[in-house]
Amino acid sequence: MEEIKDVVLKYVIEEYLEDDSEEITYDTPLISGGIVDSFSMVSLKRFLEVKYKIQIPDDEATPEAFDNVNRIVSLVKKFTEK
Amino acid sequence: MSNIGSYEERIKNFDWSLSEKELDYKEGNIINIGWYCSDRICQLGKADKLALLWEGYSGNQKKYTYNDIRLCSNTIGQYLKDLGINPGDRVCLFMDKIPELYIGLLGVLKIGAIAQPLFSAFGDESLYIRLENAETTAIITQRKHAPKVRKILDKMPFLKHIIIVDNEGKELKEREVEMNMDLMPKVEHLDIYPTKAESASILHYTSGTTGLPKGVKHVHYSLIAQYLTSKWALDLQEDDIYWCTADPGWVTGTSYGIIGPWSVGVTQCVLDAGFGADAWYRFIEKYKITMWYSAPTAIRSLMKAGDEIVKQFDLSSLRHLASVGEPLNAEAVIWSEKVFGKPFYDTYWQTETGSVMIANYPGMKVKPGSMGRPFPGITGGLIDPDTFEEIKTTNKVGLIAFKPGWPSMMRMYWNNEETYNKKFRNGWYLPGDRATLDADGYFWFIGRDDDVINTGGHLVSPFEVESALLEHPAVAESAVVAKPDEVNMEVVKAFVTLKPEFTPSDELELQIMNFIRKKLSPLAMPQEIEYLDKLPKTRSGKIMRRLLRAQEWGEEIGDTSTLEND
Repeated sequence: MEEIKDVVLKYVIEEYLEDDSEEITYDTPLISGGIVDSFSMVSLKRFLEVKYKIQIPDDEATPEAFDNVNRIVSLVKKFTEK
Repeated sequence: MSNIGSYEERIKNFDWSLSEKELDYKEGNIINIGWYCSDRICQLGKADKLALLWEGYSGNQKKYTYNDIRLCSNTIGQYLKDLGINPGDRVCLFMDKIPELYIGLLGVLKIGAIAQPLFSAFGDESLYIRLENAETTAIITQRKHAPKVRKILDKMPFLKHIIIVDNEGKELKEREVEMNMDLMPKVEHLDIYPTKAESASILHYTSGTTGLPKGVKHVHYSLIAQYLTSKWALDLQEDDIYWCTADPGWVTGTSYGIIGPWSVGVTQCVLDAGFGADAWYRFIEKYKITMWYSAPTAIRSLMKAGDEIVKQFDLSSLRHLASVGEPLNAEAVIWSEKVFGKPFYDTYWQTETGSVMIANYPGMKVKPGSMGRPFPGITGGLIDPDTFEEIKTTNKVGLIAFKPGWPSMMRMYWNNEETYNKKFRNGWYLPGDRATLDADGYFWFIGRDDDVINTGGHLVSPFEVESALLEHPAVAESAVVAKPDEVNMEVVKAFVTLKPEFTPSDELELQIMNFIRKKLSPLAMPQEIEYLDKLPKTRSGKIMRRLLRAQEWGEEIGDTSTLEND
């Protein structure tokens, strides 16, 4: 089964990167780096909720929690492991 | 001591010639914003003063003195001239908040071309509509945004040049050229184009309820109001370190993120990074920001991050705070007094007005939740929505209205005189908002007078989103309204009916959201999509948006006599 971090990274690259030649890693800043803005974060949150059948409360969906793939994975695991 | 001193004294016998005099401008003279914001400041003996302190998301920094921005804007101006850009040509600036955007705008203005700044998060459809309307000759952009331009290039024969500022020798495609501002040999002398008061300067696009986005044409004379409001409403002073958080893709970012501070000659800071409470407070502490101009959405996001985080930073440099973009709620003003020791002063204006129209001024009593009072020289009032007669009684809801004639007022909607004329009634300019007036002359915001959605301080046209939704293969019909939101005041919500071969699902909702985000912009993306079997319509088939809006806001539905029966 594909690891969560690979799924998220692939999704971010496909959905949010405008320039194909741009490279991002698990640690690339997404929100502070301007790749995903606060409005787009809503669709990223929705993706995680749909994909992993979880509910991420709004107060947990902070710019800091979504700022890179590794942090997003931690957030997803927090709710999938409940 | 504030620049404005006594508001009551300032409004007596006010004349804009006061600003003209400070800027050494006389009627009929040449007036070029690009020159005023760089060369003139150097001539005043401030060539070595820092004009721009810039920091990127990864912490990399750049510094530019006033002489640097003079030289760099000369260099960009000359580069554009050499490409064949003529006075009056539209040059789009489509970049993140990087130095080339701020300085490039001056370069465009210096050669008499018209700057067309556009928000870099716009999708290809939003970009195309605006470039096509303006018949833009050149676009200055970054490599990361170039794919959006390439995607629509075939439809834009008028677009002759795509100027990439960070290409670094990579392969260039059709019509693309590269321009590296920092590395190019600097042009010491550029012949500044002799623009006059009524010469077009900037074309900003704004959304309305119906129709396509409108290009708001401003002129170089707008400087007179932008300069003085920066001094009196924002209280910019000689030693200030100023931070305007707005993006110059929108009017605040140009009027008060470029023209205001640089015509006054202060040092300004720019953070090119996404929002984060920690990062913002760190930025204020690091650069010792004294004057901070931000937006209610950001302030509410900071409130949400809590009071404890504020204590981790030394924010004692802050001297004055102001806000713009949407009404600043009383709670935010009170919170700001609690954590920063000073309130955010709300200011009210819009793309079409070009500069602050109503504000709370330093030294004036702040009534939390109020928009404040008209800027000296601005005649503001409320008018009856039916008769367009001025409302003289207090606490009665009316349309906000201004007597035309202030320096920074838009001169036209680009190629759209008919819509422009509709903005004026009975000798008043109507910005499209409703308010009340209290006995002390303070305005209190009530809401928009149309269906335009104000999300995070940016206007989104429901019509534009509805039209884009219909291009999605699954959507049969659509209606878009504002939905209340704790942080952004309003967000976009869409109601759709699906074509018979599609069934509602969470996956489809996400797909439609992303479709709009990429096509229009993240701001326009519905934050929620509700599937309906049918949309409420009048008997003549018109979608009754107001019913859906009322549902979202928990308001009375009102008259439904025209509602189509099952």
